[in-house]
Amino acid sequence: MKELISTEHLHFEYVRAEEENVLVLNDINISIHEGEFVAVLGHNGSGKSTLAKHFNAVLLPTGGKVLVDGIDTAQPDRVFDIRQKIGMVFQNPDNQIVATIVEEDVAFALENLGIEPAEIRKRVDDALKKVDMYEFKEHAPHQLSGGQKQRVAIAGIIAMRPECIVLDEPTAMLDPKGRREVLNTVMELNREHSTTIALITHYMDEAVHADRIIVVDHGDVVMTGTPREIFSQVDKMKELGLDVPQVTELCHRLKQEGLPVPDDVITEEECTAVLKQLLQ
Amino acid sequence: MAIIKTEHLSHVYSEGTPFEKVAVGDVSLEIEQGAFVGVIGHTGSGKSTLIQHFNGLLKPTSGKIMVDGKDIWAEENKKNIRNVRFQVGLVFQYPEYQLFEETVYKDIAFGPGNMGLSEEEIHTRVSEAMEFVGLKEKYAQKSPFDLSGGQKRRVAIAGVIAMRPKVLILDEPTAGLDPKGRDKILGQIREYHQQTQSTILLVSHSMEDIAKYAGKVLVMNHAGVFDYDTVERVFSRSAELTRMGLSVPQVSRVFERLSSEGLSVSQNVYTVEQAQREILRLYTQKKEGFHA
Repeated sequence: MKELISTEHLHFEYVRAEEENVLVLNDINISIHEGEFVAVLGHNGSGKSTLAKHFNAVLLPTGGKVLVDGIDTAQPDRVFDIRQKIGMVFQNPDNQIVATIVEEDVAFALENLGIEPAEIRKRVDDALKKVDMYEFKEHAPHQLSGGQKQRVAIAGIIAMRPECIVLDEPTAMLDPKGRREVLNTVMELNREHSTTIALITHYMDEAVHADRIIVVDHGDVVMTGTPREIFSQVDKMKELGLDVPQVTELCHRLKQEGLPVPDDVITEEECTAVLKQLLQ
Repeated sequence: MAIIKTEHLSHVYSEGTPFEKVAVGDVSLEIEQGAFVGVIGHTGSGKSTLIQHFNGLLKPTSGKIMVDGKDIWAEENKKNIRNVRFQVGLVFQYPEYQLFEETVYKDIAFGPGNMGLSEEEIHTRVSEAMEFVGLKEKYAQKSPFDLSGGQKRRVAIAGVIAMRPKVLILDEPTAGLDPKGRDKILGQIREYHQQTQSTILLVSHSMEDIAKYAGKVLVMNHAGVFDYDTVERVFSRSAELTRMGLSVPQVSRVFERLSSEGLSVSQNVYTVEQAQREILRLYTQKKEGFHA
């Protein structure tokens, strides 16, 4: 599979007034492949959002480089190409909506790109259908729930037909239903439309659905692997200030008590099956 | 005794216009002194509007709200509405954006200062509040804007705690925090609750956190109270909660599945600890059964 985003010795620091430089990213070497769903985990201040902002040239490395589909993000004349390939969705849906009607909001970037009206119409409808918000196309965004607004924000991104969407804690402000809606939308885009996904999250039950997890700590990538490989290391995750899904923790504890259960259980289904077998 | 009591409280926005919207409709509720209440409800269920009545930020469009036995909007109490805000402290969502003073100390001292307390008393309260939220003394003279997001949030919570409110309401205090930061803040709130015997209302979208920390749960739905009961009784209505856009903790869902597959497991499991105990109990029982 083709590498869509790769970082080579990515280093980022910034200068704070009157103080020495603050090192945020140390020496990051990762790659995200076309069609992959990657989750990025790390505690607050670990550098994971800073890393994500390098994926579409919002930030530029102070050392090393970032390649997006082979283009070096440090090339100023390629920024628009990069941003068209990599779209970003942020935490607060209210900060991302600019228009007063849903469909106009989704069309905003397309108008800026100078796309033909007929094509805009087609793309907007298509994007709204993909996030299951088509029936709300004439609604005012402020009348929508958080999860709906966030899906409109995602539609605005997919209307640009990016190859990859980077989502920085898109569910942090949502209620359980909104979280389910957004996660389902993200998973569907990945599975059915092969959109590459980089999801930054504090919710371990969202990361479970990724193909691969990257754990960032103090500006370094400290773990990378499938959700099963990552979450089975319960103690290490806790040391890093992170967590594991409740079902993983339960099986881990039971195993420590000497019960014959595996410690790489990550879904409700698996946990139910394991416990059923244990008790029957 | 009820510290907060509402009688047929309603709040209608833009009443009499085409935009009229009932945010809270006919809520009669009694919250006991000393309770730790988790408040849940989907976006737009009316929970934020309701809690803003508890400290007099919003005035009911009809009905009454009593704090510590006093009708706060009664003619004779109306002019002292400010005192209600000292009694019922409200920590908003993302409170770190509300910091404004030059130093952490001054920011936390702002509330007690408004109460007209002496410098000495203010000092005691600031130190006490900083200790509750786990902020070391060395931060007192720092600018709050030089702190990390998690620390700023602690300063904001300390600013409310420093007024020693009888009721502390926190609107999603852990939104956007990592798991460790989340456990730390909630642990400190629990500690504060136990030490001060004050009443806590914790608004959260995390059913896991509600199950772990709260004793009772207030469920808001469609501008009304769907339920106000113990954690056990509320979470036993799993199907209804899911239908209204909420959920139950992940371990509870596993136990529901086990039960529907014919195993006789307890349905009162809401935390990992409870699940662990229950499985161990059943496993031991099964093994002993074999020996018998």
